[in-house]
Amino acid sequence: MCEWISVALPKGRLGEKAAGLLETIGYGCGALAKGSRALIFENPKNRVRCFWAKPSDVAIYVERGAADVGIVGKDILLEEQPDVYELCDLKMGVCRMMVAGKKGADLNPDRPLRVATKFPRIAAEYFASRSREIDVIKLNGSIEIAPLLGLSDVIVDIVETGTTLKENDLVVLEEILPISTRLVANKVSYKFKNDRVLELLSRVRAALEEQA
Amino acid sequence: MKETNVLRRAEQVSLTLRGIYEQFGYRRFRVSKFEEYDFYATYRSFLQTESILTFHDLNGKLMALKPDVTLSIIKNAPQAPKRPERVYYSEAVYRAAKGARTFAEMQQLGLEFVGEVDRYALVEVLLLADKSMAAMGGPYTLDLSHVGLLECLLGEAGLSGRAREGCYEAVFSKNLQRLEELLASSPAAVRQALLALVSAYGPANEVLKSLQGLCFAGAAQAEFEALCGLCAALGAAGVGLHLDFTLRYDPSYYSGVIFQGYLPRVQGCVLSGGQYDGLLQRFGKSGGAVGFAVYLGLLEEQYAEERPYDVDTLLLYSESTGMAELLSAVRVLTAEGKSVCVQKTDDGTVRCRQVATISEGRLTSVVRVD
Repeated sequence: MCEWISVALPKGRLGEKAAGLLETIGYGCGALAKGSRALIFENPKNRVRCFWAKPSDVAIYVERGAADVGIVGKDILLEEQPDVYELCDLKMGVCRMMVAGKKGADLNPDRPLRVATKFPRIAAEYFASRSREIDVIKLNGSIEIAPLLGLSDVIVDIVETGTTLKENDLVVLEEILPISTRLVANKVSYKFKNDRVLELLSRVRAALEEQA
Repeated sequence: MKETNVLRRAEQVSLTLRGIYEQFGYRRFRVSKFEEYDFYATYRSFLQTESILTFHDLNGKLMALKPDVTLSIIKNAPQAPKRPERVYYSEAVYRAAKGARTFAEMQQLGLEFVGEVDRYALVEVLLLADKSMAAMGGPYTLDLSHVGLLECLLGEAGLSGRAREGCYEAVFSKNLQRLEELLASSPAAVRQALLALVSAYGPANEVLKSLQGLCFAGAAQAEFEALCGLCAALGAAGVGLHLDFTLRYDPSYYSGVIFQGYLPRVQGCVLSGGQYDGLLQRFGKSGGAVGFAVYLGLLEEQYAEERPYDVDTLLLYSESTGMAELLSAVRVLTAEGKSVCVQKTDDGTVRCRQVATISEGRLTSVVRVD
Protein backbone atom coordinates (compact mmCIF):
# COMPACT_ATOMS: atom_id res chain seq x y z
CA MET A 1 0.00 0.00 0.00
CA CYS A 2 1.33 3.44 -0.91
CA GLU A 3 2.28 6.02 1.68
CA TRP A 4 0.04 8.90 2.72
CA ILE A 5 0.76 12.28 1.20
CA SER A 6 -0.20 15.42 3.09
CA VAL A 7 -1.19 18.67 1.44
CA ALA A 8 -1.25 22.12 3.07
CA LEU A 9 -3.88 24.40 1.58
CA PRO A 10 -4.20 28.16 2.10
CA LYS A 11 -7.42 29.26 3.77
CA GLY A 12 -9.61 31.56 1.72
CA ARG A 13 -10.68 31.97 -1.87
CA LEU A 14 -7.41 30.65 -3.28
CA GLY A 15 -7.57 27.58 -1.07
CA GLU A 16 -11.07 26.80 -2.28
CA LYS A 17 -9.81 26.93 -5.88
CA ALA A 18 -6.89 24.69 -4.90
CA ALA A 19 -9.27 22.24 -3.19
CA GLY A 20 -11.25 22.19 -6.44
CA LEU A 21 -8.08 21.31 -8.34
CA LEU A 22 -7.38 18.45 -5.91
CA GLU A 23 -10.95 17.22 -6.44
CA THR A 24 -10.39 17.28 -10.21
CA ILE A 25 -7.29 15.11 -10.00
CA GLY A 26 -8.94 12.60 -7.66
CA TYR A 27 -7.13 13.83 -4.55
CA GLY A 28 -10.09 15.66 -3.06
CA CYS A 29 -11.03 15.20 0.57
CA GLY A 30 -14.85 15.51 0.36
CA ALA A 31 -15.49 17.42 3.59
CA LEU A 32 -12.97 20.14 2.53
CA ALA A 33 -15.53 21.79 0.31
CA LYS A 34 -18.48 21.34 2.65
CA GLY A 35 -17.61 24.00 5.17
CA SER A 36 -16.70 21.46 7.86
CA ARG A 37 -15.02 22.81 11.00
CA ALA A 38 -12.61 19.87 11.11
CA LEU A 39 -8.96 20.79 10.73
CA ILE A 40 -7.63 17.75 8.88
CA PHE A 41 -9.39 15.89 6.06
CA GLU A 42 -8.55 12.50 4.62
CA ASN A 43 -9.09 10.64 1.39
CA PRO A 44 -8.29 7.04 2.43
CA LYS A 45 -8.76 5.67 -1.09
CA ASN A 46 -5.95 7.76 -2.55
CA ARG A 47 -4.20 8.13 0.83
CA VAL A 48 -4.26 11.93 0.75
CA ARG A 49 -4.49 14.10 3.86
CA CYS A 50 -5.31 17.80 3.51
CA PHE A 51 -5.39 20.64 6.00
CA TRP A 52 -6.07 24.36 5.92
CA ALA A 53 -3.41 26.79 7.07
CA LYS A 54 -3.01 30.54 7.10
CA PRO A 55 -1.71 31.37 3.59
CA SER A 56 1.52 32.86 4.93
CA ASP A 57 2.17 29.69 7.01
CA VAL A 58 1.76 27.11 4.22
CA ALA A 59 5.40 27.39 3.14
CA ILE A 60 6.59 26.84 6.72
CA TYR A 61 4.45 23.70 7.10
CA VAL A 62 5.99 22.36 3.90
CA GLU A 63 9.57 23.42 4.68
CA ARG A 64 9.41 21.76 8.10
CA GLY A 65 7.83 18.56 6.73
CA ALA A 66 4.42 18.87 8.45
CA ALA A 67 3.07 18.75 4.90
CA ASP A 68 4.66 16.95 1.95
CA VAL A 69 3.35 19.45 -0.56
CA GLY A 70 1.53 22.76 -0.36
CA ILE A 71 -0.15 25.42 -2.40
CA VAL A 72 1.26 28.87 -1.84
CA GLY A 73 1.51 32.28 -3.49
CA LYS A 74 4.74 33.36 -5.17
CA ASP A 75 4.62 36.52 -2.99
CA ILE A 76 5.03 34.35 0.14
CA LEU A 77 7.83 32.33 -1.47
CA LEU A 78 9.75 35.48 -2.38
CA GLU A 79 9.23 37.04 1.02
CA GLU A 80 9.89 34.00 3.22
CA GLN A 81 12.37 32.21 0.94
CA PRO A 82 11.58 28.76 2.33
CA ASP A 83 13.89 25.90 1.37
CA VAL A 84 11.34 23.99 -0.73
CA TYR A 85 10.99 22.78 -4.30
CA GLU A 86 8.78 24.99 -6.46
CA LEU A 87 7.34 22.37 -8.78
CA CYS A 88 4.60 24.05 -10.77
CA ASP A 89 2.95 27.39 -11.50
CA LEU A 90 -0.76 26.68 -11.05
CA LYS A 91 -1.74 29.90 -12.88
CA MET A 92 -4.29 30.62 -10.14
CA GLY A 93 -4.63 33.77 -8.08
CA VAL A 94 -2.81 35.73 -10.78
CA CYS A 95 -1.99 39.28 -9.67
CA ARG A 96 0.92 41.73 -9.63
CA MET A 97 3.26 43.03 -6.94
CA MET A 98 3.11 46.82 -7.28
CA VAL A 99 4.41 50.06 -5.93
CA ALA A 100 1.40 52.34 -5.44
CA GLY A 101 0.85 55.78 -3.97
CA LYS A 102 -1.30 58.88 -4.01
CA LYS A 103 -1.81 60.62 -7.34
CA GLY A 104 0.91 63.20 -7.81
CA ALA A 105 2.77 62.03 -4.67
CA ASP A 106 6.09 63.77 -4.00
CA LEU A 107 8.62 60.97 -4.36
CA ASN A 108 11.59 63.26 -3.86
CA PRO A 109 14.79 61.18 -4.14
CA ASP A 110 16.46 63.67 -1.82
CA ARG A 111 15.27 61.69 1.22
CA PRO A 112 14.61 58.00 1.97
CA LEU A 113 11.30 56.81 0.56
CA ARG A 114 8.88 55.61 3.25
CA VAL A 115 7.44 52.29 2.07
CA ALA A 116 4.58 50.54 3.89
CA THR A 117 4.26 46.86 3.09
CA LYS A 118 3.54 43.33 4.21
CA PHE A 119 6.54 42.29 2.12
CA PRO A 120 9.65 44.03 3.53
CA ARG A 121 12.13 41.72 1.81
CA ILE A 122 10.57 42.12 -1.63
CA ALA A 123 10.36 45.90 -1.15
CA ALA A 124 13.94 46.15 0.10
CA GLU A 125 15.33 44.06 -2.78
CA TYR A 126 13.34 45.97 -5.40
CA PHE A 127 14.40 49.42 -4.25
CA ALA A 128 17.99 48.25 -3.66
CA SER A 129 18.10 47.15 -7.31
CA ARG A 130 17.15 50.75 -8.17
CA SER A 131 19.69 52.18 -5.71
CA ARG A 132 16.92 53.96 -3.83
CA GLU A 133 17.24 54.34 -0.08
CA ILE A 134 14.01 53.40 1.71
CA ASP A 135 12.50 53.31 5.17
CA VAL A 136 10.44 50.11 5.37
CA ILE A 137 7.30 50.21 7.52
CA LYS A 138 6.08 46.66 8.11
CA LEU A 139 2.29 46.40 8.31
CA ASN A 140 0.12 43.29 8.53
CA GLY A 141 -2.99 44.50 6.73
CA SER A 142 -4.95 47.48 5.34
CA ILE A 143 -1.77 48.65 3.64
CA GLU A 144 -3.66 51.12 1.41
CA ILE A 145 -4.46 53.36 4.33
CA ALA A 146 -0.77 54.11 5.07
CA PRO A 147 -0.19 56.81 2.39
CA LEU A 148 -3.63 58.30 3.03
CA LEU A 149 -2.72 58.94 6.65
CA GLY A 150 0.78 60.12 5.84
CA LEU A 151 2.39 57.04 7.41
CA SER A 152 4.22 56.27 4.17
CA ASP A 153 4.98 57.79 0.76
CA VAL A 154 4.15 54.59 -1.13
CA ILE A 155 3.03 51.04 -0.54
CA VAL A 156 4.32 47.76 -1.95
CA ASP A 157 1.47 45.27 -2.18
CA ILE A 158 -0.25 42.75 -4.41
CA VAL A 159 -2.88 44.15 -6.75
CA GLU A 160 -5.45 41.92 -8.43
CA THR A 161 -8.05 44.21 -10.02
CA GLY A 162 -6.95 47.59 -8.72
CA THR A 163 -10.43 48.37 -7.37
CA THR A 164 -9.26 48.96 -3.77
CA LEU A 165 -6.55 51.32 -5.00
CA LYS A 166 -9.02 53.23 -7.15
CA GLU A 167 -11.56 53.54 -4.35
CA ASN A 168 -8.87 55.02 -2.12
CA ASP A 169 -7.60 57.42 -4.76
CA LEU A 170 -4.30 55.56 -5.12
CA VAL A 171 -2.52 54.75 -8.37
CA VAL A 172 -0.04 52.15 -9.51
CA LEU A 173 3.39 53.74 -9.83
CA GLU A 174 5.57 50.77 -10.79
CA GLU A 175 5.15 47.05 -11.37
CA ILE A 176 7.62 44.87 -9.49
CA LEU A 177 6.69 41.40 -10.73
CA PRO A 178 3.75 39.13 -11.59
CA ILE A 179 2.50 36.78 -8.87
CA SER A 180 0.63 33.49 -9.08
CA THR A 181 0.08 30.36 -7.02
CA ARG A 182 2.67 27.58 -6.88
CA LEU A 183 2.74 23.92 -5.97
CA VAL A 184 5.67 23.42 -3.61
CA ALA A 185 7.17 20.27 -2.11
CA ASN A 186 9.21 19.47 0.96
CA LYS A 187 12.72 18.45 -0.11
CA VAL A 188 12.90 15.39 2.16
CA SER A 189 9.43 14.21 1.08
CA TYR A 190 10.51 14.63 -2.54
CA LYS A 191 13.29 12.12 -1.85
CA PHE A 192 11.48 9.59 0.34
CA LYS A 193 8.00 9.85 -1.22
CA ASN A 194 9.25 10.55 -4.72
CA ASP A 195 6.64 8.41 -6.52
CA ARG A 196 3.75 10.03 -4.64
CA VAL A 197 4.96 13.59 -5.22
CA LEU A 198 5.64 12.94 -8.93
CA GLU A 199 2.25 11.27 -9.35
CA LEU A 200 0.49 14.28 -7.83
CA LEU A 201 2.58 16.65 -9.97
CA SER A 202 1.80 14.78 -13.16
CA ARG A 203 -1.96 14.76 -12.39
CA VAL A 204 -1.85 18.51 -11.64
CA ARG A 205 0.00 19.25 -14.88
CA ALA A 206 -2.48 17.14 -16.86
CA ALA A 207 -5.43 18.97 -15.25
CA LEU A 208 -3.87 22.36 -15.99
CA GLU A 209 -3.27 21.42 -19.62
CA GLU A 210 -6.86 20.28 -19.93
CA GLN A 211 -8.10 23.56 -18.45
CA ALA A 212 -5.89 25.53 -20.82
CA MET B 1 26.52 -7.46 36.11
CA LYS B 2 24.85 -6.26 32.94
CA GLU B 3 25.60 -2.66 32.01
CA THR B 4 22.98 -0.19 30.95
CA ASN B 5 23.92 1.65 27.78
CA VAL B 6 23.63 5.26 28.83
CA LEU B 7 24.88 6.72 25.55
CA ARG B 8 22.24 8.45 23.52
CA ARG B 9 21.88 7.21 19.94
CA ALA B 10 23.66 10.26 18.50
CA GLU B 11 26.59 9.61 20.85
CA GLN B 12 26.69 5.95 19.85
CA VAL B 13 26.71 6.97 16.18
CA SER B 14 29.53 9.41 16.89
CA LEU B 15 31.69 6.67 18.44
CA THR B 16 30.91 4.25 15.60
CA LEU B 17 31.83 6.84 12.98
CA ARG B 18 35.10 7.72 14.68
CA GLY B 19 36.00 4.02 14.61
CA ILE B 20 35.17 3.79 10.91
CA TYR B 21 37.22 6.88 10.02
CA GLU B 22 40.24 5.66 11.98
CA GLN B 23 39.98 2.32 10.18
CA PHE B 24 40.57 4.22 6.94
CA GLY B 25 43.64 6.04 8.24
CA TYR B 26 42.04 9.32 9.32
CA ARG B 27 43.58 10.82 12.46
CA ARG B 28 41.79 13.09 14.88
CA PHE B 29 42.24 16.84 14.45
CA ARG B 30 41.55 18.93 17.52
CA VAL B 31 40.89 22.63 17.27
CA SER B 32 40.54 25.40 19.80
CA LYS B 33 37.06 26.71 20.49
CA PHE B 34 37.72 30.16 19.04
CA GLU B 35 39.75 31.97 16.43
CA GLU B 36 40.29 35.60 15.37
CA TYR B 37 37.14 37.04 13.84
CA ASP B 38 39.00 38.41 10.77
CA PHE B 39 39.75 34.85 9.69
CA TYR B 40 36.06 33.95 9.41
CA ALA B 41 35.07 37.34 7.98
CA THR B 42 37.42 36.69 5.03
CA TYR B 43 35.78 33.36 4.19
CA ARG B 44 32.24 34.21 5.27
CA SER B 45 30.56 32.91 2.10
CA PHE B 46 32.06 29.44 2.66
CA LEU B 47 30.45 29.29 6.10
CA GLN B 48 26.85 29.40 4.84
CA THR B 49 25.91 31.45 7.88
CA GLU B 50 25.42 35.16 8.24
CA SER B 51 26.02 35.22 11.95
CA ILE B 52 29.25 34.67 13.84
CA LEU B 53 29.35 34.75 17.63
CA THR B 54 32.07 37.22 18.65
CA PHE B 55 33.68 38.46 21.84
CA HIS B 56 36.74 40.50 22.83
CA ASP B 57 39.64 38.68 24.40
CA LEU B 58 41.76 40.18 27.17
CA ASN B 59 43.90 42.12 24.65
CA GLY B 60 40.83 43.71 23.08
CA LYS B 61 41.17 41.51 19.98
CA LEU B 62 37.89 40.54 18.34
CA MET B 63 37.50 36.77 18.50
CA ALA B 64 34.85 34.37 17.22
CA LEU B 65 33.54 31.08 18.55
CA LYS B 66 34.09 28.56 15.78
CA PRO B 67 31.21 28.47 13.29
CA ASP B 68 33.08 25.85 11.24
CA VAL B 69 36.01 23.42 11.47
CA THR B 70 36.97 22.89 7.81
CA LEU B 71 38.49 26.38 7.52
CA SER B 72 40.82 25.69 10.46
CA ILE B 73 41.90 22.37 8.93
CA ILE B 74 42.67 23.95 5.57
CA LYS B 75 44.52 26.83 7.23
CA ASN B 76 46.75 24.28 8.93
CA ALA B 77 47.22 22.06 5.86
CA PRO B 78 50.67 22.06 4.22
CA GLN B 79 51.25 24.54 1.37
CA ALA B 80 51.90 21.75 -1.13
CA PRO B 81 51.22 18.38 0.53
CA LYS B 82 53.51 15.55 -0.61
CA ARG B 83 50.98 12.97 0.54
CA PRO B 84 47.30 13.21 1.33
CA GLU B 85 46.34 14.53 4.75
CA ARG B 86 43.48 12.50 6.23
CA VAL B 87 41.87 14.03 9.31
CA TYR B 88 38.58 13.82 11.14
CA TYR B 89 37.12 15.99 13.87
CA SER B 90 34.37 15.92 16.44
CA GLU B 91 33.70 19.44 17.68
CA ALA B 92 31.01 21.86 18.74
CA VAL B 93 30.39 24.74 16.35
CA TYR B 94 28.42 27.88 17.07
CA ARG B 95 26.08 29.39 14.56
CA ALA B 96 22.55 30.63 14.09
CA ALA B 97 20.26 28.28 12.22
CA LYS B 98 18.30 29.70 9.28
CA GLY B 99 15.53 31.95 10.56
CA ALA B 100 16.68 31.62 14.17
CA ARG B 101 17.13 34.72 16.30
CA THR B 102 19.76 33.22 18.54
CA PHE B 103 22.94 31.17 18.35
CA ALA B 104 23.12 27.49 19.05
CA GLU B 105 25.91 25.08 19.90
CA MET B 106 25.88 22.28 17.36
CA GLN B 107 27.81 19.05 17.59
CA GLN B 108 29.53 18.26 14.32
CA LEU B 109 31.62 15.32 13.21
CA GLY B 110 33.41 15.28 9.90
CA LEU B 111 36.42 14.35 7.87
CA GLU B 112 38.64 16.01 5.30
CA PHE B 113 40.94 14.52 2.68
CA VAL B 114 43.48 17.17 1.61
CA GLY B 115 45.87 16.45 -1.27
CA GLU B 116 45.57 15.16 -4.80
CA VAL B 117 41.89 14.28 -5.20
CA ASP B 118 41.92 11.43 -7.70
CA ARG B 119 39.08 8.96 -8.33
CA TYR B 120 40.16 6.71 -5.47
CA ALA B 121 40.06 9.65 -3.04
CA LEU B 122 36.53 10.52 -4.14
CA VAL B 123 35.39 6.90 -3.88
CA GLU B 124 36.95 6.58 -0.42
CA VAL B 125 35.29 9.73 0.94
CA LEU B 126 31.90 8.84 -0.60
CA LEU B 127 32.21 5.30 0.73
CA LEU B 128 32.80 6.74 4.20
CA ALA B 129 29.84 9.10 3.75
CA ASP B 130 27.71 6.10 2.84
CA LYS B 131 28.98 4.11 5.83
CA SER B 132 28.23 7.14 8.03
CA MET B 133 24.63 7.24 6.82
CA ALA B 134 24.26 3.47 7.25
CA ALA B 135 25.56 3.75 10.83
CA MET B 136 22.64 6.05 11.69
CA GLY B 137 20.25 3.12 11.25
CA GLY B 138 17.11 2.80 9.15
CA PRO B 139 16.49 4.02 5.62
CA TYR B 140 18.54 6.87 4.22
CA THR B 141 19.49 8.43 0.94
CA LEU B 142 22.88 9.77 -0.12
CA ASP B 143 22.43 12.21 -3.01
CA LEU B 144 25.18 13.33 -5.35
CA SER B 145 25.47 16.30 -7.68
CA HIS B 146 28.29 17.49 -9.93
CA VAL B 147 29.24 21.15 -9.76
CA GLY B 148 31.68 20.82 -12.66
CA LEU B 149 28.96 19.63 -15.03
CA LEU B 150 26.44 22.27 -13.94
CA GLU B 151 28.99 25.09 -14.12
CA CYS B 152 30.05 24.04 -17.65
CA LEU B 153 26.45 24.09 -18.83
CA LEU B 154 25.63 27.38 -17.09
CA GLY B 155 28.76 28.85 -18.71
CA GLU B 156 27.65 27.64 -22.15
CA ALA B 157 24.18 29.12 -21.55
CA GLY B 158 25.78 32.56 -22.01
CA LEU B 159 23.85 34.34 -19.27
CA SER B 160 24.54 37.74 -17.73
CA GLY B 161 25.36 37.95 -14.00
CA ARG B 162 21.78 38.61 -12.85
CA ALA B 163 20.23 35.96 -15.09
CA ARG B 164 22.83 33.46 -13.93
CA GLU B 165 21.99 34.21 -10.30
CA GLY B 166 18.34 33.61 -11.17
CA CYS B 167 19.34 30.30 -12.79
CA TYR B 168 20.99 29.10 -9.59
CA GLU B 169 17.82 29.80 -7.62
CA ALA B 170 15.68 28.05 -10.25
CA VAL B 171 18.02 25.02 -10.20
CA PHE B 172 18.10 24.79 -6.38
CA SER B 173 14.30 25.07 -6.12
CA LYS B 174 13.62 22.70 -9.07
CA ASN B 175 11.66 25.51 -10.71
CA LEU B 176 11.62 24.22 -14.30
CA GLN B 177 9.24 26.87 -15.59
CA ARG B 178 11.48 29.71 -14.36
CA LEU B 179 14.61 27.96 -15.63
CA GLU B 180 13.07 27.58 -19.07
CA GLU B 181 12.23 31.30 -19.16
CA LEU B 182 15.77 32.27 -18.16
CA LEU B 183 17.32 29.94 -20.74
CA ALA B 184 15.00 31.06 -23.54
CA SER B 185 17.84 32.57 -25.57
CA SER B 186 20.47 29.94 -24.69
CA PRO B 187 21.53 27.23 -27.18
CA ALA B 188 18.79 24.57 -27.40
CA ALA B 189 21.15 21.70 -26.48
CA VAL B 190 22.32 23.49 -23.32
CA ARG B 191 18.75 24.37 -22.34
CA GLN B 192 17.60 20.80 -22.87
CA ALA B 193 20.54 19.41 -20.88
CA LEU B 194 20.02 21.75 -17.91
CA LEU B 195 16.28 21.09 -17.79
CA ALA B 196 16.93 17.34 -17.93
CA LEU B 197 19.48 17.53 -15.10
CA VAL B 198 17.22 19.62 -12.87
CA SER B 199 14.17 17.40 -13.37
CA ALA B 200 16.14 14.17 -12.82
CA TYR B 201 16.13 12.37 -9.48
CA GLY B 202 16.73 8.73 -8.67
CA PRO B 203 19.31 5.94 -8.42
CA ALA B 204 22.54 6.97 -10.17
CA ASN B 205 22.49 4.24 -12.83
CA GLU B 206 18.89 5.03 -13.83
CA VAL B 207 19.45 8.78 -13.99
CA LEU B 208 22.70 8.46 -15.96
CA LYS B 209 20.95 6.14 -18.41
CA SER B 210 18.19 8.71 -18.91
CA LEU B 211 20.79 11.42 -19.57
CA GLN B 212 22.84 9.39 -22.06
CA GLY B 213 21.00 10.77 -25.09
CA LEU B 214 21.78 14.41 -24.26
CA CYS B 215 24.33 16.31 -26.31
CA PHE B 216 26.99 17.63 -23.97
CA ALA B 217 29.65 19.67 -25.70
CA GLY B 218 33.41 19.76 -24.96
CA ALA B 219 34.12 20.35 -21.29
CA ALA B 220 30.59 19.35 -20.21
CA GLN B 221 30.99 15.99 -21.96
CA ALA B 222 34.27 15.41 -20.09
CA GLU B 223 32.59 16.27 -16.77
CA PHE B 224 29.67 13.97 -17.58
CA GLU B 225 32.05 11.11 -18.40
CA ALA B 226 33.93 11.74 -15.14
CA LEU B 227 30.62 11.53 -13.26
CA CYS B 228 29.70 8.28 -15.05
CA GLY B 229 33.11 6.81 -14.21
CA LEU B 230 32.80 7.83 -10.56
CA CYS B 231 29.29 6.39 -10.26
CA ALA B 232 30.45 3.11 -11.82
CA ALA B 233 33.34 2.90 -9.33
CA LEU B 234 30.98 3.68 -6.44
CA GLY B 235 28.52 1.07 -7.66
CA ALA B 236 31.34 -1.49 -7.68
CA ALA B 237 32.18 -0.42 -4.09
CA GLY B 238 28.59 -1.11 -3.07
CA VAL B 239 27.62 2.54 -2.58
CA GLY B 240 24.01 3.10 -3.68
CA LEU B 241 23.76 6.76 -4.57
CA HIS B 242 20.95 8.90 -5.90
CA LEU B 243 21.68 11.71 -8.34
CA ASP B 244 20.13 15.09 -7.56
CA PHE B 245 21.47 18.08 -9.47
CA THR B 246 19.52 20.55 -7.34
CA LEU B 247 21.76 20.35 -4.26
CA ARG B 248 22.69 23.88 -3.20
CA TYR B 249 26.36 24.95 -3.55
CA ASP B 250 28.61 27.98 -3.70
CA PRO B 251 30.46 27.90 -7.05
CA SER B 252 33.37 29.92 -5.69
CA TYR B 253 34.42 27.04 -3.42
CA TYR B 254 33.03 23.79 -4.77
CA SER B 255 34.41 22.39 -7.99
CA GLY B 256 33.63 18.69 -8.46
CA VAL B 257 31.13 16.49 -6.70
CA ILE B 258 28.92 17.61 -3.84
CA PHE B 259 26.75 15.26 -1.80
CA GLN B 260 24.17 15.27 0.97
CA GLY B 261 22.68 12.56 3.17
CA TYR B 262 19.05 12.53 4.30
CA LEU B 263 16.97 10.58 6.82
CA PRO B 264 13.19 10.36 6.46
CA ARG B 265 12.34 11.90 9.83
CA VAL B 266 14.88 14.74 9.76
CA GLN B 267 14.24 18.00 7.94
CA GLY B 268 17.41 19.12 6.20
CA CYS B 269 20.48 17.08 5.38
CA VAL B 270 22.30 15.29 8.20
CA LEU B 271 25.46 14.92 6.14
CA SER B 272 26.86 17.42 3.69
CA GLY B 273 30.11 17.52 1.77
CA GLY B 274 31.93 17.89 -1.49
CA GLN B 275 35.14 18.67 -3.31
CA TYR B 276 36.21 22.20 -2.48
CA ASP B 277 39.46 22.87 -4.36
CA GLY B 278 38.43 26.52 -4.62
CA LEU B 279 38.88 27.03 -0.89
CA LEU B 280 42.47 25.79 -1.02
CA GLN B 281 43.15 28.17 -3.88
CA ARG B 282 41.72 31.03 -1.79
CA PHE B 283 44.30 30.08 0.86
CA GLY B 284 47.01 30.09 -1.83
CA LYS B 285 47.58 26.35 -1.43
CA SER B 286 47.99 23.77 -4.17
CA GLY B 287 46.16 20.46 -4.47
CA GLY B 288 42.58 19.68 -3.77
CA ALA B 289 40.32 18.70 -0.90
CA VAL B 290 37.17 16.73 -0.33
CA GLY B 291 35.30 16.06 2.88
CA PHE B 292 32.00 16.10 4.68
CA ALA B 293 30.35 16.97 7.97
CA VAL B 294 27.73 15.04 9.93
CA TYR B 295 25.31 17.20 11.92
CA LEU B 296 24.91 15.06 15.02
CA GLY B 297 22.45 17.42 16.70
CA LEU B 298 19.89 16.74 13.96
CA LEU B 299 19.98 13.01 14.71
CA GLU B 300 17.96 13.65 17.87
CA GLU B 301 14.97 14.29 15.58
CA GLN B 302 15.45 10.86 14.01
CA TYR B 303 15.67 9.07 17.34
CA ALA B 304 13.13 11.19 19.24
CA GLU B 305 10.54 8.41 19.27
CA GLU B 306 12.97 5.71 20.29
CA ARG B 307 12.90 6.47 24.03
CA PRO B 308 9.34 5.82 25.13
CA TYR B 309 10.50 5.27 28.73
CA ASP B 310 12.66 7.40 31.03
CA VAL B 311 13.58 4.37 33.15
CA ASP B 312 12.97 0.61 33.16
CA THR B 313 11.70 0.35 36.73
CA LEU B 314 10.07 2.79 39.08
CA LEU B 315 10.76 1.33 42.55
CA LEU B 316 8.37 2.55 45.23
CA TYR B 317 9.13 2.42 48.93
CA SER B 318 7.44 3.58 52.15
CA GLU B 319 8.52 4.74 55.59
CA SER B 320 8.33 1.14 56.76
CA THR B 321 10.70 -0.20 54.05
CA GLY B 322 14.07 -1.09 55.54
CA MET B 323 17.13 0.61 54.03
CA ALA B 324 18.89 -2.75 53.55
CA GLU B 325 15.85 -4.16 51.71
CA LEU B 326 15.63 -1.10 49.51
CA LEU B 327 19.31 -1.10 48.58
CA SER B 328 19.17 -4.83 47.95
CA ALA B 329 16.23 -4.37 45.57
CA VAL B 330 18.11 -1.63 43.71
CA ARG B 331 21.14 -3.94 43.49
CA VAL B 332 19.04 -6.80 42.06
CA LEU B 333 17.42 -4.62 39.43
CA THR B 334 20.60 -2.88 38.30
CA ALA B 335 22.40 -6.25 38.19
CA GLU B 336 19.76 -7.31 35.65
CA GLY B 337 20.81 -4.33 33.55
CA LYS B 338 17.69 -2.32 34.35
CA SER B 339 17.66 1.37 35.06
CA VAL B 340 15.90 2.21 38.35
CA CYS B 341 14.29 5.31 39.75
CA VAL B 342 13.47 5.14 43.49
CA GLN B 343 10.57 7.22 44.79
CA LYS B 344 8.00 7.16 47.54
CA THR B 345 5.04 7.73 45.28
CA ASP B 346 4.11 7.26 41.65
CA ASP B 347 2.64 10.55 40.46
CA GLY B 348 2.68 9.35 36.85
CA THR B 349 5.41 11.74 35.69
CA VAL B 350 8.13 9.08 35.39
CA ARG B 351 7.69 7.04 32.19
CA CYS B 352 8.65 3.48 33.12
CA ARG B 353 8.22 -0.06 31.82
CA GLN B 354 7.27 -1.43 35.21
CA VAL B 355 6.48 -0.30 38.70
CA ALA B 356 8.04 -2.34 41.51
CA THR B 357 7.32 -2.42 45.22
CA ILE B 358 8.86 -4.20 48.19
CA SER B 359 6.44 -6.26 50.16
CA GLU B 360 7.49 -8.34 53.18
CA GLY B 361 11.09 -8.12 52.03
CA ARG B 362 10.27 -9.34 48.50
CA LEU B 363 10.47 -7.40 45.28
CA THR B 364 7.23 -7.50 43.29
CA SER B 365 6.77 -5.73 40.02
CA VAL B 366 3.80 -4.87 37.87
CA VAL B 367 4.16 -4.14 34.17
CA ARG B 368 2.69 -0.74 33.50
CA VAL B 369 0.07 -0.63 30.78
CA ASP B 370 -0.33 2.89 29.39
